[in-house]
Amino acid sequence: MEPAEILSNPGGAIGVGWLMIVLPLLGAAVLLLGGRRTDKWGHYFGVLMALASFVVAALVFFQLLGFAPGERRRGVSLYEFIPGVADMGLLIDPLSVSFALLITGVGSLIHIYSIGYMSHDHDRRRFFAYLNLFVAAMLLLVLADNYVALFVGWEGVGLASYLLIGFWQFKPTAATAAKKAFVVNRVGDFGLLVAIFIMFTSFGSVAFGEVFAKAGAESQGTITAIGLLLLLGACGKSAQLPLQSWLLDAMEGPTPVSALIHAATMVTAGVYLVVRSGAAFFPGEGTASLVVTIVGVATLLAGAIIGTAKDDIKKALAGSTMSQIGYMMLAAGLGPVGYAFAIAHLISHGFFKANLFLGAGSVMHAMNDQVDMRKYGGLRKYLPITFITFFIGYLAIIGFPLLSGYFTKDGIIETTMEHNAILGWLAVVGAGITGFYMSRLVFMTFFGKARWDEGVKPHESPAVMTWPLILLAIGSVVLGAFLIVGNRLMIFLGPAVGRPEELPEFHAVSPVGLATLALVALGAAYAWLKYGRQEVPAVAPRGSVLTTFARRDLYGDALNEALFMRPGQWLTRLAVWFDNRGIDGLVNGLAAGIGGTSGRLRRIQTGYVRSYALSIFVGAAILAGAWFVVGTL
Amino acid sequence: MNTITAPAIEYLQLAPLLIVFGAGILGVLVEAFAPRYLRRAMHIPLTLLSLAGAFALVIVQTIKGVPTKPSAMGAVAVDGPTLFIWGTILVLAFISLLLLNDEDHFVPAASAVPGSAEEERALIEGNVHTEVYPLALFAIGGMLLFPASNDLLIMFVALEVMSLPLYLLCGLARRRRLLSQESAMKYFLLGAFSSAFFLYGTALLYGYAGSVDLAKISTALSANVGQDALLFTGAALLGVGLLFKIGAAPFQAWKPDVYQGAPTPVTALMASGTLVAAFGALLRVFWVAIGELDWDWSPIMWGVAILTMVVGAILAITQTDIKRMLAYSSIAHAGFLLVGVVAIGDAKQNATALAAILFYLAVYGIASIGAFAIVTMVRDAGGEAWHLSRWAGLGKRSPKLAGLFAFFLLAFAGIPLTSGFFGKYAVFQAAVAGGAVQLVVVGVVASAVAAFFYVRVIVLMFFNDPAPDGPTVVLPSWGTASVVGFAALATVVLGVFPQPVLDLAQSAAGSLFVR
Amino acid sequence: MELYAPILVLAVLAAGFAVFSVSVAPFTGPKRWNRAKLDAYECGIEPTPQPVGGGRFPLKYMITAMLFIVFDIEIIFLYPWAVAFDQLGVFGLIEMVLFIVTVLVAYAYVWRRRGLDWD
Repeated sequence: MEPAEILSNPGGAIGVGWLMIVLPLLGAAVLLLGGRRTDKWGHYFGVLMALASFVVAALVFFQLLGFAPGERRRGVSLYEFIPGVADMGLLIDPLSVSFALLITGVGSLIHIYSIGYMSHDHDRRRFFAYLNLFVAAMLLLVLADNYVALFVGWEGVGLASYLLIGFWQFKPTAATAAKKAFVVNRVGDFGLLVAIFIMFTSFGSVAFGEVFAKAGAESQGTITAIGLLLLLGACGKSAQLPLQSWLLDAMEGPTPVSALIHAATMVTAGVYLVVRSGAAFFPGEGTASLVVTIVGVATLLAGAIIGTAKDDIKKALAGSTMSQIGYMMLAAGLGPVGYAFAIAHLISHGFFKANLFLGAGSVMHAMNDQVDMRKYGGLRKYLPITFITFFIGYLAIIGFPLLSGYFTKDGIIETTMEHNAILGWLAVVGAGITGFYMSRLVFMTFFGKARWDEGVKPHESPAVMTWPLILLAIGSVVLGAFLIVGNRLMIFLGPAVGRPEELPEFHAVSPVGLATLALVALGAAYAWLKYGRQEVPAVAPRGSVLTTFARRDLYGDALNEALFMRPGQWLTRLAVWFDNRGIDGLVNGLAAGIGGTSGRLRRIQTGYVRSYALSIFVGAAILAGAWFVVGTL
Repeated sequence: MNTITAPAIEYLQLAPLLIVFGAGILGVLVEAFAPRYLRRAMHIPLTLLSLAGAFALVIVQTIKGVPTKPSAMGAVAVDGPTLFIWGTILVLAFISLLLLNDEDHFVPAASAVPGSAEEERALIEGNVHTEVYPLALFAIGGMLLFPASNDLLIMFVALEVMSLPLYLLCGLARRRRLLSQESAMKYFLLGAFSSAFFLYGTALLYGYAGSVDLAKISTALSANVGQDALLFTGAALLGVGLLFKIGAAPFQAWKPDVYQGAPTPVTALMASGTLVAAFGALLRVFWVAIGELDWDWSPIMWGVAILTMVVGAILAITQTDIKRMLAYSSIAHAGFLLVGVVAIGDAKQNATALAAILFYLAVYGIASIGAFAIVTMVRDAGGEAWHLSRWAGLGKRSPKLAGLFAFFLLAFAGIPLTSGFFGKYAVFQAAVAGGAVQLVVVGVVASAVAAFFYVRVIVLMFFNDPAPDGPTVVLPSWGTASVVGFAALATVVLGVFPQPVLDLAQSAAGSLFVR
Repeated sequence: MELYAPILVLAVLAAGFAVFSVSVAPFTGPKRWNRAKLDAYECGIEPTPQPVGGGRFPLKYMITAMLFIVFDIEIIFLYPWAVAFDQLGVFGLIEMVLFIVTVLVAYAYVWRRRGLDWD
């Protein structure tokens, strides 16, 4: 089934859909411009704006449900943005609304959680300002009806991410991590930007509707080129191979940031981009789609392997995020049959990963900001709520039957299996590794003996932090079944991204599903053997070559350094040399020339009124004379 | 004997003018009868309310529908462009007056010899020339009438009403008295000189067409009555008078001297309001009265535009006085605007070009007032820190202020996401559509040169080390602060979201000038 | 061109008369000097003493002259109205009253600011 046509603005909540973006933007503006004056109530204001945005999103959602499925794509044009190139407008359709609900819903919960988490930070207001800014930019990204506005949002989330990773900029590691995220993302942004340029020259427009309509008539080469460039952009934002290296370092930011931006929402923007552009550029067959699936599988394995070796609880979770987004990418590369699974996994992942991160934050809160899991242990008695919610999130992510991940991940694996068996089995292996590293994480943190530093007295977090955990845990339990059973999400998204004519059936028991479950169980059991039953050493053992490989992020940074940084530095040196000799010579010469002219001309300005009058008189004479010449020609 | 019938005057259409002039006259009465200590308290509401009232009336008229005929027996044309220009001037005047309101810009006793004992005494007694308010109002009234006049004689009267108070205001600077008096004298002499050209041109055109009415001159042109010598000379001389007011080369010499010497709030008013008014009048004369003649004047305007852009951009580079630099920048911008004047064509093309010019004028006016407002805040012991070297490192001492100033400079340079970008973009686009591609190329090159000296100031402020005894930044009064705030906000908003004002300019320009 | 001939003739005659009388006077008139005759003529009163090198000229003369011109011009505006006031009717009356009031405001300003006092 092809995507439906984009209809006109029906007014109502959809007509004022821009409020979703404007409200958090207003929050950011008030908090940033208000300065210290807003310190007292700033965080409440930020939460209020996020919640208000959620309410608008919900209203828009319900209004959209009121239309027949074929009429659920609505364009809301706002104003002329860049004359002749792009108009500012929103595209309200099932896809964008799903994202809006996720962003504002999970975003609001994380805002609330942050009240507690950041309560000791004297810069809490600035933190909320950035969070609001992020929500606004992310909403612009998913609600925009054209690529240029999407790009603005894309850069906006990049900026917010940069600001938030480096929020504790007094830590050199945080500042470096922020810079790294920014630079790596530039590479991806470059791809997206060039893709937009090609679209504009080929189709004469950057609006989704027009681009998709005209893409069919374009040559395959152009389509593939645009697809690959879009994929480059997606890889940067979503930490997919080969642009994955920033995400692990990004964990330097405050934990709510890791939960919101680097787990639930921003990093999934790449998946959004691929699914949104899917109808035209990633139809499920052809080079671009194939590359998407390969990137997805490679990343899901790489992320999982990295996750097995990390002792830093947040970095382990970050590896897991990479891996899970790899699953989404894989699904998005499968074409219309996979889009819904990608988005379903994205939404349920948004919940359980936010849940896990916030749980990790709660643990760190209890452990004086200790992140090393080797210094945890036995925490389940001391942090009961955190433990239960975290455990639910854990079961969800490893795909324990009937929890969210079970439905969404299994959907992806089964669909892949029909598409390409090799990729499918690799995805199954990934699921097995997930079972291992997530179990390892849980056992090291909550089970076994206490290996705490001296003076640490764990305590359960305040209600403002636990309630979001509980809500997210509920989402982690029910969302997968809700979205997948009966193909609910696929039918809902159909008008926006297209769907196969025959809806896939859901099998509760299938050979592939059983194999996956078996592997996961095996992974968990191995983790129990190594980390549950045995004593966990307080210092990481040397480990094998493979472990070192994983601990070093699969040598991603070393690879980057060798492949990009060194040649880049050489290129820079070359450019500087050339710039000094060639370009600067030209420019400086030109500047000196103009400056010299200026210095000489300046003497005309004598300061004597008589010479000014003379210049006026002569000017008048020339003007009149010229007029005569021209007029009588 | 001829019978004389009483003329019909559309008072409502002229009401904005009448309000401003009426408030000016009331201001003179305040000066005459109110005790000294009460005067300022009476002037401020009178002035601001009259401007706001006039603005409200402009809005009312815009909503009620734009008149399609000239008013007051064809003497004044209150049409779409006029209403837009009026609105622009009134907004600019309002914020300029907020700036003017800080009394410490003006001399305590204008007639005293600079540095004399009398002046010292007046200073100690705390005298102030509250006459600046009625003077400014008269000048603003003249600015309103100038672009609206549909008749060369009315236009001349408006020109004088606008200019005479400005000559006086220029000489009232509190500090650097001699420079201020010199600037007033120069402005007066050269202004009178150019007025004479204007008047002479008017006389010759009257000799040609038998009327000073712009529409009738246009009719006479189509009738082709002969006597081209009268026409060419007249039009050229008229052009000189108008080009002088906008500061186009080679009639630009007064601008740096006057902008430098005048009290900065007055400079702000001149750089914004006078420029808008003079461009309105220039367009009306060149497009309405001698629009048929565009084949003749277009090449000349090309030359003037190129010369103006080049002179403005190049001479600005070597300036060391911040106000002189801004004056040359204003000359360069006059050149960019002239590019739009040349873009004449069919009715649709004219409307596009006119809308572009109107938008440009509005955004440039606002940004320049903002920039001059910041100039008033950076002080040395002897007043404003005029020398550019004193601005070095300002970004380190006072990042907010330097940031705002940098922002206005970027708007002047036409960097995207500032209002200046869309202004320049619109004007150049209209000129390209009008076939003046080469002119636009020159314009873009001149913009690049101009960007150089704007950026140089930014570099100076942010990347140079501050002088140990550098200037202080005064805490702005509410007036100055709100001026800077408004100008910055408008420059941002119009840079990101220009559509409403562009639409307004387009609908104002759609009706073109009435004849 | 013929239209302008009388004007040209008049101009020539006027110039001729002026040149003639100025050039003839020195030869024909009696020459009896006294102090008063050698003084500069200033509205019939004692000339203000001037320091060597020009110096500053008191402003009061200029102010008086300016005021004279302002009110003089008022009369010029009043004259045509006086000729046609019956035809202009109420409109003319109101406009003229407004005009005079405006000039009166200027007068009031000058008066209150002691522009009319000599010292």
